[in-house]
Amino acid sequence: MTSLTPLSEHRPAEAPRTEPSGDRGAPVLSLRDLRITDRVTGRDTVHGVDFTLAAGETLGIVGESGSGKTLTCRAALGILPPRFEVTGGSVEIAGTDITTLTPRAWTELRASTISAVFQDPASYLNPSIRVGAQIAEVLRVKKGLKRREARDGAVELLAAVHLRDPELVHGQYPYELSGGMLQRVLIATAIAAGPRILIADEATTALDVTVQAEILDLLAELRDRTGMALVVVSHDLAVVAQLCDQVLVLRRGEVVEQGPTARVLHHPRHTYTRLLVTEHEEYGLEKFLRPEEDA
Amino acid sequence: MTTGSPTDSPAGTPAGGPVPPADVPGRAPAVPVLAVTGLDVHHGRRRRRRPVLHGVSLTVAPGETLGLIGETGSGKTTLARAVLGLVRPSAGSITLAGEEVSTHGARQWRALRRRGIVQYVFQDPLRSLDPDLTVERSLAEPLLVGGVPRAEAATRIRAVLARVRLEEDLLGRVPGELSGGQRQRAAVARALVTEPRLVILDEPVSALDSAHRVQILRILKELRAAGVALLFISHDLGSVAGSADRIAVLHRGELVESGTARDVITRPRHPYTRLLVGSAPTLRGAPADRAARDALRALLPA
Repeated sequence: MTSLTPLSEHRPAEAPRTEPSGDRGAPVLSLRDLRITDRVTGRDTVHGVDFTLAAGETLGIVGESGSGKTLTCRAALGILPPRFEVTGGSVEIAGTDITTLTPRAWTELRASTISAVFQDPASYLNPSIRVGAQIAEVLRVKKGLKRREARDGAVELLAAVHLRDPELVHGQYPYELSGGMLQRVLIATAIAAGPRILIADEATTALDVTVQAEILDLLAELRDRTGMALVVVSHDLAVVAQLCDQVLVLRRGEVVEQGPTARVLHHPRHTYTRLLVTEHEEYGLEKFLRPEEDA
Repeated sequence: MTTGSPTDSPAGTPAGGPVPPADVPGRAPAVPVLAVTGLDVHHGRRRRRRPVLHGVSLTVAPGETLGLIGETGSGKTTLARAVLGLVRPSAGSITLAGEEVSTHGARQWRALRRRGIVQYVFQDPLRSLDPDLTVERSLAEPLLVGGVPRAEAATRIRAVLARVRLEEDLLGRVPGELSGGQRQRAAVARALVTEPRLVILDEPVSALDSAHRVQILRILKELRAAGVALLFISHDLGSVAGSADRIAVLHRGELVESGTARDVITRPRHPYTRLLVGSAPTLRGAPADRAARDALRALLPA
């Protein structure tokens, strides 16, 4: 196995995995009463989203398309489409309110503090550049590595996301890789600069179920090893249930329910959350897998 | 070929042996609506010719819902296309309500389609609905082509709309003016209007949000109760589990397992099925942990 030191070197001081209960570390990401407004219609598309996330913690955001989950993530990443703006509340990353940053200041900060992977990995890679070079570019720009070091770093990152033959993948073009492999490459790119927060926005939605399980395992493993905080966005409550300490259910831009995962899943309070749970219990595998069987 | 022989359900039913659902009104072991036997399909020509389906056999009994599970590249869509006469099999037979169709020519297929006994719903409703036709025309066309008088067609369209819970004022709209969920219900309505005996649904809920998924799944359950046979194709065991009587699993062009939905999910036999069940996210976490899944993956042919 290739050495994985670079990953842990990123933040040697960081505590590995904070316990979900009890003493929580200082928040690395906190959204305070976030409000996002559509400049064209003047309407609020997201309002009142409020949560804090400490190192090593995982938050799940569940909602259907148009619920504002992606806009919320984009606000946290400072990449809201021009049509939208943050009109209220704050987004703090490691204590800095980032809603007021200039684009230049943002670019400095991004990737080494917060990073993201999205649903369609192929569209985030340049089709005509080998994937290794695209990861190395992040290392050179964000970490100031020399060409040679960046190349080795890229191979190590490809190994860290468990691509079977990292040396081979390093020299391949995006079209030569499957969807699951591309998502691993994107994750490698996203963690290249050692972010403290990683957002996975529907990152497994387009993948086969067996591949989805592998990617979810990978995200959990990287979180546990590096202590980064994870935000998992999905339309599927079960995907979120797999990984997250807390869940936030969004509907039409509003938080309808929020709390520890077990509480939200087993005692949903809002009708909408109940619908999400029902979908699984009546129509999913849960219909056959009764609680006593996995006790 | 061991991989080719499906792991039969404990009840000993052959791959796709009919297990008629309890609530089919008094139809004794009838001719299956769909019987596929030893189906081979190849893509490409000459040197590029490669098998997509190999030795696939399955049946769908009247009023039964068969869930067909397969991931990317398993050949599930090719199977649907073969049943609809859109790709020509290289071996094997396909019978629809007792009629051998695998050797049909274009003209025979047209005649068969006109009778409307087999219908389909795709993942993207824009593929099953003509984007330029209003919902009303999309629904009326298969009836008018089949020789149904206009007045009767109008009544049947109203009835089918109620069945899929679409409001009548949507009739004048084109698919582009409907929401995703409405569009998929319109596609289901179009499939139902000819009163088919078999509806093939290829990933009908994969592109939909929870609320719309539940709506469609509920409609499918009602159809099953009303005696319409369904071939429900999906990559996701989870979306099929609740509505299928039996489940068949397709892996790299071969049927590796089939049985009742309960047996396949609670007692999967083939390593691939066990991997599928073990990977599906549930509200209680994944049924199998990573080590277990890796062990299963190692058992699959490379």
